[in-house]
Amino acid sequence: MTVTTQQPAQGPAPQRSAGSRAGDLLARVFGGGSGTVFALLIVVFAAIFIVNPSFAEPPSLMAFLKQAAPLMILAIGQYFVIVSGEFDLSVGSLVGAQVVIAAALIDGEEGRTVPVILLMLGFGILVGLINGLITTLLKVQSFITTLGMMLVLYGAIRLWTGGAPTGALSEAFRQPGRGGIDLAVVRQLPWALMILIGVVIIAVAVMRSSYGRTLIATGDNERAAGFSGVRVWRVRTLAFVISSVLATLAAILIGGYAGVTAQVGQGMEFTAITAVVLGGVALGGGRGWVVAAMAGALTLEALFVLFNQLSMPSTIRPAVQGVIIIAAVAYAARERARPRHHQEVPSQSQSNEA
Amino acid sequence: MSRAVAVAGTGKADRRRLGATELVWLALVGVTIIGAILVALDGQNLFSIANTRDVLSRSSLLGFVAIGQTLVILCRSLDLSVGYVMALSSLIAATTMNGDPARVPLAIVAVLVVAGAIGLCNGLIVSVLKVNPFIATLGVGLIIKGYLDTQYQGPAGEVPSSFQQFGFSRIGPVPLSTLVMLLVAVAGILFLRKTRTGYHMFAVGGSADVARLSGIRTGRVLVTAHVLCSIAAGLAGLLIAARFGTGSALVYNSGYDLESIAAVVLGGTLLMGGRGGIGGTIAGVLILAVLDTVFNILAVDPFFKDVLRGTIIVAAVAIYARRQIDRKASRIRFGGDGGSGGSAPPGSPPDSAPGDTGDPVPAGQGGAR
Amino acid sequence: MRTTRALLAAAAAAALMLAACTTDEPSDTAAPDETAAAGEDPGAEGEEPEQETADGEFFVRADFDRQLAQRDVAPEGDPATPWLQAIEPEYVDTAQYAQDGNTLCFSNASVSNPWRVTGWITMQQQVEVLQAAGEIGEFRVSDAADDDNKQISDIQAFIDAGDCNAIIISPSTTATLTPAVEAACASGVPVIVFDRGVNSDCMVTFIHPIGGYAYGADGAEFLVDNLEPGSTVLALRILPGVDVLENRWAAAQEIFADSELEILGDEFTGGDGAEIKNIVTQYLQRGEVDGIWMDAGDGAVAAVEAFEDTGNDYPVMVGEDELSFLRKWQETGMTAVAPVYSNFQWRTPILAATMIWAGEQVPQEWVLPQDELTEDDRDEFLDRNADMPALHYAKFGGEDLPGFPTAWQDR
Repeated sequence: MTVTTQQPAQGPAPQRSAGSRAGDLLARVFGGGSGTVFALLIVVFAAIFIVNPSFAEPPSLMAFLKQAAPLMILAIGQYFVIVSGEFDLSVGSLVGAQVVIAAALIDGEEGRTVPVILLMLGFGILVGLINGLITTLLKVQSFITTLGMMLVLYGAIRLWTGGAPTGALSEAFRQPGRGGIDLAVVRQLPWALMILIGVVIIAVAVMRSSYGRTLIATGDNERAAGFSGVRVWRVRTLAFVISSVLATLAAILIGGYAGVTAQVGQGMEFTAITAVVLGGVALGGGRGWVVAAMAGALTLEALFVLFNQLSMPSTIRPAVQGVIIIAAVAYAARERARPRHHQEVPSQSQSNEA
Repeated sequence: MSRAVAVAGTGKADRRRLGATELVWLALVGVTIIGAILVALDGQNLFSIANTRDVLSRSSLLGFVAIGQTLVILCRSLDLSVGYVMALSSLIAATTMNGDPARVPLAIVAVLVVAGAIGLCNGLIVSVLKVNPFIATLGVGLIIKGYLDTQYQGPAGEVPSSFQQFGFSRIGPVPLSTLVMLLVAVAGILFLRKTRTGYHMFAVGGSADVARLSGIRTGRVLVTAHVLCSIAAGLAGLLIAARFGTGSALVYNSGYDLESIAAVVLGGTLLMGGRGGIGGTIAGVLILAVLDTVFNILAVDPFFKDVLRGTIIVAAVAIYARRQIDRKASRIRFGGDGGSGGSAPPGSPPDSAPGDTGDPVPAGQGGAR
Repeated sequence: MRTTRALLAAAAAAALMLAACTTDEPSDTAAPDETAAAGEDPGAEGEEPEQETADGEFFVRADFDRQLAQRDVAPEGDPATPWLQAIEPEYVDTAQYAQDGNTLCFSNASVSNPWRVTGWITMQQQVEVLQAAGEIGEFRVSDAADDDNKQISDIQAFIDAGDCNAIIISPSTTATLTPAVEAACASGVPVIVFDRGVNSDCMVTFIHPIGGYAYGADGAEFLVDNLEPGSTVLALRILPGVDVLENRWAAAQEIFADSELEILGDEFTGGDGAEIKNIVTQYLQRGEVDGIWMDAGDGAVAAVEAFEDTGNDYPVMVGEDELSFLRKWQETGMTAVAPVYSNFQWRTPILAATMIWAGEQVPQEWVLPQDELTEDDRDEFLDRNADMPALHYAKFGGEDLPGFPTAWQDR
């Protein structure tokens, strides 16, 4: 029944004219919560180009995108979980764990690269399933589930390796994160960038599919979604699995990019969540655009580059970062507070307070 | 176990509230007994004076932070800046005292004022600027971190020996710091039960919209909770200064932000607010302290500790959640909105004392914030 | 209702106890009490306030000069066992601690980085040897996971347990553990501190390599010697606020100040390879980088790779004696040096404990040699450690222990 009523609204994209789609896109980019992040992104990039024009040269841009790709992929994964109304704090630990697993199991042998990558994907899926099932079936808040998972992964991986990573990565394993196709203008077209583009396309497609709409509906109002026949637990568990699989992909890229260090992945969960929120995605679920989440990650990475280009003392950077994040999110919140969504009941959320 | 609990939960609402905290204390007893057996198998005694002292002294620092964290979590907020506030407070205390016993009161006042001001910022950013508390407190934490990193290259200041007694004195087996922590906890419990603002915290956490409609100034309540939370973290910073004999910025690396949230949730307070209390939090803190001591006596590998701690926290919350589902089955509730401020559902009116009506339980299990 | 009343009663009782306590305060607490009779307890001797932290600057010229001079002093003892050598030792008598008890307690700051992991394995191997020989009975360990407060509790637990015959402490932060270490000293048990120190000299012996100034200076001097005047140097640091690391940087700054090198900047990396590579790449986009100075070698390989990936020439590199870096160095043939923060120091405290129990003299400040690893001895150390994992430290000094090499390989 719900299917029939929703069918017209789901109208497949190709039916619309190109013009209205472009208008749609513009509205999305500059309206709502995600407008702030694109504006901020443009400002930050403009500032970088002014400070250091050579950054605009293709090789520099490619190098920048190569290093930013893992966080962007992580943010996309985090987006799926957040938009469904949950948190995934375990991704940082998972990235670290996966890199260490890769190094220990590959141990420098080229032939093991592919089997180990498959194994890592399997492990990622397993972690996502555990996160998702504990959250949905055992009704443990995801903040706690994934906090627990973060501790377990952190401890277990070090327990296994005795505290410091062992083994070595193979050259083939390092290619996706480090290598690319050598081209004339850009010097190198990184594999990481192509993987990122692939992930973005798939993510956008998934969010346009019925699963994506169900996911947002679940995050917006779990009850209502449940009443309309959505199997909430399956939808959310799948979101956790997507997040863990993308974290695995990010691990492959980071491990490839920089090799194994003991600290890899530490604190990335907070950066990823910050990136997603910066992209105008509401913590608590139900609202946000996956491309904006990715743009949030790109903005953060660009911000770090800008700090660097400005030769800002490295100790003061966290403070500036804190101010910018709060300001951006506050600005976006102000935008959102304007009555725009007619289908929602605006009156109650508008009432004044002390 | 959960079945027995479910039966107990069918009594009057008032009884059920007690039950939530009792369950946590029961868990504490369980953990202690299992720990004691394991320690006994190792040929030692968990209840020896030395080990009891150890448990208590390990609980005090986290206790202060967790008490404050409970208040903000009750209001459906959270505070990730506590670690930075602790570090800053320890440095302010140590540098203000600078080895002079006469300056101790001044230092304490300075710490409480600065910590309170940070809490005020947190609260205002969350309630007025409508920034999600996760981001707001993370951001404020980063700002403090920037200040600390720029300003201090290492431990600074000196705490006079008279104030170090706060960190090292004991009365019988009970460390002074633990006593003070328990006093603060008692004050906190009284605050939640006996004052209007305290009541209102439950209501605001249950549903901010409903609370607002029933005339509660939600913003003011939220700001109060944040101020108190930061002040509690400031007290923790004072304890750090007393124990270290100096102030240290690196405290922020020790993970007290997440650990305090874990302790609060372990203590039975709902992460999405509206239900719980400081009594449970103290039990949660003690559970973590007992675990710490037992692990230490048994010389458990430090990394295995993390694995166990993570598992235990999740398992405990799963048990609490099971209990809640049982209760929810007997009570028809309308959908909560996951905290995003859309449509406000007609929930149970929270305007009367939270003790005797149904507690406003948000329906969305994971719609944390 | 009832609970409220009970809580009120409890509060009143607690308040009463609190009031009662203030009179009979520090009888058994052994908190450092500098006003109390200074001569009596062994902890009171070195009570003058720490000079280092007074102005918040982590540069004390006297220490800097002393450490640089110590690099050229020939240590006493057999060069084959550097962990038993000592530079300019002043021996103290330990007859008062001679005893038959042999329970050894160790409060470890953490095993959270590869350097500590390597040392920790070496220490355990050393303990096993002495346990087999009957010299050490129980070896009790607590790990504070980098939390100063936890370590204070750990040390107190050892004191309270009362059956440790010696306490070894590897402090997590220099200044903050001073009260706890003094309390341990005051309990009468011989206390051995190693690696980072505390602001007290109440312990029987303080074991450490020459120190952070010498480490930082080794690398900085190498850059000054091997780079043309006017060359550019990027400094990579792990964390702010860690005093031992601040010392390394302070020494480097001191050396650089007298040179013609241009310091492009100093950046914090958290020791994370990806972060290191990002930062170096960004600096390379801005201009030339001729040399890299690091306050610890973790992730040095990532820094080198940034030069490879951007198509730049190898810089003059300051790494550490971590094998991944040494191997990269050998493979690329770049100009580099590996300052060493002697990992073999983890053996010394165990041996010191048995010496103290036997009433033998030990140096009060046991300064171990700390020789940088240069291109001349690089290949020799790589051969010796050929089968060791990448994050192992070349100068770990455990080759003669029975567990070698498997204990360090199968972590």
